[in-house]
Amino acid sequence: MSEGPRLDSDGLPALLHRELRAGDDGGARDSLGGRLTHGEATSRPLRPPTPEPQPRGAVLHRHRPVDHDEAAQRFIDAPRHEKMHDERLWDLRQKRDRQMHAIPEWEALRDLASTVKQHTLAHLDEYLEQFEAQAVANGIHVHWARDGAEHNTVVHGILADHGARRLIKSKSMLTEETGLRHYLAGVGIEVVETDLGERIQQLDDEAPSHIVVPAVHKLRSDVAEVFARTLGTDPGNDDVHYLAEQQREKTRPVILEADAGMTGANFAVAETGTFVVCTNEGNADLSANVPPLHIASIGIEKLIPRIADLGVFIRLLSRSALGSPITQYTSHFRGPRHGGEMHVVLVDNGRSARLGEPQFWQSLKCIRCGACMNTCPVYRRSGGLSYGATYSGPIGLILDPTFDRRRYSTLPFASTLNGSCTNVCPVKINIHEQIFAWRKVLAKSHDIGTAKQGLMKAAGAILAHPALYRAAIAAADSALKVLPAFLVANPLNSWTRGRDMPAPPRETFHQWHHRTDGGRKQAP
Amino acid sequence: MRVALFVPCYMDAFEPEVGIATLNLLRRFGVDPEYPFDQTCCGQPMVNSGCHDEAKATEELFVRNFTGFDHIVVPSGSCVHQIRCHMTAVEQTEAVQQVRQRTCDLVEFLHDVLKVDGFPWAEFSHKVSYHNNCNALRGIFHGSMSERREASYSKPLSLLRMVKGVTLVEKARPDECCGFGGAFSVFEPAVSVKMGQDKVRDHAAAGADYVVSADSSCMLHQKGCADRLGLPLRFRHIAQILNGDRA
Ligand code: SF4
Repeated sequence: MSEGPRLDSDGLPALLHRELRAGDDGGARDSLGGRLTHGEATSRPLRPPTPEPQPRGAVLHRHRPVDHDEAAQRFIDAPRHEKMHDERLWDLRQKRDRQMHAIPEWEALRDLASTVKQHTLAHLDEYLEQFEAQAVANGIHVHWARDGAEHNTVVHGILADHGARRLIKSKSMLTEETGLRHYLAGVGIEVVETDLGERIQQLDDEAPSHIVVPAVHKLRSDVAEVFARTLGTDPGNDDVHYLAEQQREKTRPVILEADAGMTGANFAVAETGTFVVCTNEGNADLSANVPPLHIASIGIEKLIPRIADLGVFIRLLSRSALGSPITQYTSHFRGPRHGGEMHVVLVDNGRSARLGEPQFWQSLKCIRCGACMNTCPVYRRSGGLSYGATYSGPIGLILDPTFDRRRYSTLPFASTLNGSCTNVCPVKINIHEQIFAWRKVLAKSHDIGTAKQGLMKAAGAILAHPALYRAAIAAADSALKVLPAFLVANPLNSWTRGRDMPAPPRETFHQWHHRTDGGRKQAP
Repeated sequence: MRVALFVPCYMDAFEPEVGIATLNLLRRFGVDPEYPFDQTCCGQPMVNSGCHDEAKATEELFVRNFTGFDHIVVPSGSCVHQIRCHMTAVEQTEAVQQVRQRTCDLVEFLHDVLKVDGFPWAEFSHKVSYHNNCNALRGIFHGSMSERREASYSKPLSLLRMVKGVTLVEKARPDECCGFGGAFSVFEPAVSVKMGQDKVRDHAAAGADYVVSADSSCMLHQKGCADRLGLPLRFRHIAQILNGDRA
């Protein structure tokens, strides 16, 4: 007689990796502590008295650069959101650290991953052709798209050929880049996201705020509000299991009736013409395997040479992203199912141009793990939507200006250049150095704002001339007007918004040195 | 050995006592640094904002002032990082490269060059929370960082441990940035202030009486945040502790 599954003390099936168990999320439980199923969970958990409205992202203007600071202030002014966001992502960073410490060869792995990516990018043309040939041999239809618009047209064309009206898709940052969802809505094709977080964002008509956890900026009360509005759930119930189940019940029938499915890819293997999608919800498998038609949109930088290289990246990806050893699903796609059709769209959208930029091409090594975002103290305190761009956080600061230099000219300044991102990055992208390099590029082309550049010019002129400098800081309080580190001169007097000014000293070091001959003369 | 002292602009203006402590500390070790009188700034404020052209003349002045020394000692890891890693607006002559290579931070000079083994004159009987400036930590490698899998070390802490009475406290997120970031503190005040407030709260929660760092700029920002929040934290540069300040 077989025994049932081994159970933990809370009655749930025992986990292989106990450290992966979520902490108590405050969800509804019965009197014995067991978790209520969705049917029972209409009993309401205790909630804080007044829900805090969700702060929205950066306000976009047609011709003005994104004001990250303004959006960040609104995020910080919603303290429950800011605190949850900061702590949740810091928790991911700490889990990532624990995984790192469990792998003695961690730094060697990062080196290796970086080297493989550099090599691939240096021979990208060859590997792309190899991938195409192998994929075609596997029975995959391969398409090429120069930019986002071409990608959307190609996808539309494939769907139109099959008379498809409803597309289910799993999360893909590339299709965010190309604006696929809005494009397809415009031509009458319904798109349903199958990743829970992405689905929440879709229902709320909001962009993903994080490349791995798209709705991480939302409290569960926000999700309850969105679902009540769009799915008709109980507005007073924000139990996470209730909400997840409700969404599942509403979305599954749609998935079953879909005409086509779309995925992205985390890795495309040149040697085999296959591609790999990593998810935790298994939703890519639904998108790929339920409908007869599977379309995969793949950025050309996703190539790796051999299947043997895959292990390096699989070991790093989920550990860096979520602090788990591996994603729940690592799905390999080799060719169409019996009776089905599989299409791959290889998309450039600015990538080959970036490959030609000596200072910035390394950003193409990115495997979209989000570790740089989780560790970034600015991102954690401002939320992904405050960047007003497809990509946010450190990787966003260096990618976004390549898409629209003027609109995102402010983003490279939304960083303290502390360098934490560079050191968590599993493929060793010198992220903070690229942010620094972007500032230089933007200053050269006068894209940093005339006020800032004017101040720097004035500061540079004074600091290059000892006599001017001495005269300027001779009076203690006028030092505050000259020293550009504090730049407190109007019209940019922001220092005192939440801090006190340093007290001006009686005598500068220089004056002291002069008066006392460097301390050799006793003061009178 | 010809040693020069560079006192960064903000320290010159706001924290002259740190410059004085650095000078006296070096003299205690038999090093009497010269102080080139025409010195102003290393160019970091402009370069940090991307304005390399605007920094060029300041960098040239810096090199003129500090050519010909064996060591240029700076009580600021952040300025050293600028000079060593980012001083590229000025033409890279041999003299310039030499100045850049020979510039070191006070902590490095004591730890790596003089290899000091004690501060017998010093005593600091307080609970100290050490703040790592990010450029000092991840730019010129004052210590191991939490992001990397590397053997743990810290040059400033190993110096502080030689001072009688010091109790080092461990705070949460020990090497997270405090949000100063130079121009960041002015152009991104919302996040800068929040990070500063979080940082000083972490110091206070760890039970610190004093915050000590090898960089005054972060501490000016943090002190502004602590004062606004009414936290009873006091801030000292590591040079002051090592030179024997008691409080
Ligand atoms: S830049 Fe590095 S850390 Fe950031 S998402 Fe890409 S791979 Fe991950």
